[in-house]
Amino acid sequence: MANKVIYAVYEDPELLKSAARKLVTAGVQVRDVFSPFPIHGIDPIIGLKRTRMGIVSFMFGIFGLSLALLGTWWMAIYDWPMNIGGKPNQFFYQNVAAFVPVLFEFTVLCAAHGMAITYLIRNKTLPGMPARNPDPRSTNDKFIIELRTADNHAHTAEGITGMLRETDVFEINERQFGA
Amino acid sequence: MNFTISKRASTITLVLIVIGLVMAAIGLMGDHTGHKQYTWAAFYANALFFFFIALGTLFFYALNHVTETAWTVLVKRVYEGIAMYVPWGALTVLVVLVAGTMGLHHMWPWMDARTVDAADAVHFDGHINKLTSYLNKPFFWVRAILILGTFVLFARWFRAHSLRMDKETGEALVASHWKNYRRSVLFIVLFAFFSSVLAWDWIMSIDVHWKSALFGWYVFGGMWAGGMITAMILVLYLKGKGYLPQVNANHLQDMGKWVFAVSFLWSYLYFEQYLLIWYSNIPEESSYYVARLNDHPWLTWVMFFINFALPMLLLMSRDSKRSPKYLLGVSLIIFIGHWLDTVQMIMPGSLGPHFTGIGILEVGFFLAFLGVFTRIVLAAFAKAPLTVVAHPFLEESVHHHI
Repeated sequence: MANKVIYAVYEDPELLKSAARKLVTAGVQVRDVFSPFPIHGIDPIIGLKRTRMGIVSFMFGIFGLSLALLGTWWMAIYDWPMNIGGKPNQFFYQNVAAFVPVLFEFTVLCAAHGMAITYLIRNKTLPGMPARNPDPRSTNDKFIIELRTADNHAHTAEGITGMLRETDVFEINERQFGA
Repeated sequence: MNFTISKRASTITLVLIVIGLVMAAIGLMGDHTGHKQYTWAAFYANALFFFFIALGTLFFYALNHVTETAWTVLVKRVYEGIAMYVPWGALTVLVVLVAGTMGLHHMWPWMDARTVDAADAVHFDGHINKLTSYLNKPFFWVRAILILGTFVLFARWFRAHSLRMDKETGEALVASHWKNYRRSVLFIVLFAFFSSVLAWDWIMSIDVHWKSALFGWYVFGGMWAGGMITAMILVLYLKGKGYLPQVNANHLQDMGKWVFAVSFLWSYLYFEQYLLIWYSNIPEESSYYVARLNDHPWLTWVMFFINFALPMLLLMSRDSKRSPKYLLGVSLIIFIGHWLDTVQMIMPGSLGPHFTGIGILEVGFFLAFLGVFTRIVLAAFAKAPLTVVAHPFLEESVHHHI
């Protein structure tokens, strides 16, 4: 049996959500959802795992903080100590207040950029990468559910399409997969 | 569902007041400073701390109207309850202001007429003499009455209006909502100005030789944090008792976020003020930190650690803000942290070397004030339905999901 991909197109995120809920309740596995903007509350319905972006961001923040600590120590204490306003500069801890803005900014810079770049790589959406959405309309005003027969051995393509027809679907497209 | 004060809460608060007053009385007998200044200062620090909590909450309450925030509608009555302490807090602060003006204590050196008497070679203070156009008793009282009066009037009006809205539906309810909105805009504008003025008048002029342009904001940051923490604790208490059934983990997480965010705001303002003074190192500015960081390093460092590092590390993750027990524990610790902040604002400046660390007077008045504050707030909860009956955003608040 050839693997099939089914795209169910919806005109409204709420219609898509209720359709996805219906499908998942019937035991159909949803592969992915494509939409012009994030749909609030879709993650638990289609069983997406909780994002680990927060942990990534925290780790990049720690990395930035460490790098800034090393940098300020090496530049202003070890390699080229300077007398600024008569401030003691023999030890790092005596000067750390002056470095706090740098430490803070560099932590934020690394956390934000690291998070954004990780996000783009993980989604395969770095500039120049080919678009992976199945239908250009999903970047405009259509909301699409992707289903694969390979994920749903308990159901036939016809069975899934039948279920989709019972929802407020706008159109259903089928494609051969990997043929 | 209406709130009723449990016997246990009633007893505990009463015991707190009694223990607190006994401790304060013992402290008073051991107070050998002139004019019993130590007792006045300890009373004042606690009066301000609890007044600021109510003010910070009132500000946040008005802010929610202005931004038309929906999710807070379910806990609106909790903010209102805390804000109902504003008149009482104003009264306690007023007592100290009146006593200062009458010369019963000398927390504000500039109130002593001898400091501006050029003939008095011992007490004359050239610096204070230059400030008399602003720091004089009549103008001080104009400002104090304007500030306290505004806060009390707005607190009472917001409460009355909110109770009125409970009985309204349809067009009338929407009209009331817009009225609330307009009044809140007015209040925020007044609050922005008055919160800074009260910080200069009532706190900064204790260390009259020192000034900081950022001081008003720093005090305001502390107010806001105090309000958010107290609201958090009270919501968790009410939830623990089975009230506020519609408030769920989503609301708790957002309230936890506010504790987290406002802790950062406070830390930022505190540190920014410190950094500029530390860097320029001008004696007339750094004297403030000499009296705090150098003379009471433990108090200052512990206070800063609790108010900055603890919320940052403990409230960062999503799970931590969705666990009631954990949130309660962290909030209670930061609550104490902000009390320490208020103590270090008032005590070193008004007592100088007589302040040797937190003693029986500070703790005694804290317990007594805590008891009174809790009783007033709980009584306000009991007077009206704990969840608003009618509000344009009530439905949205019930379905709040993040």
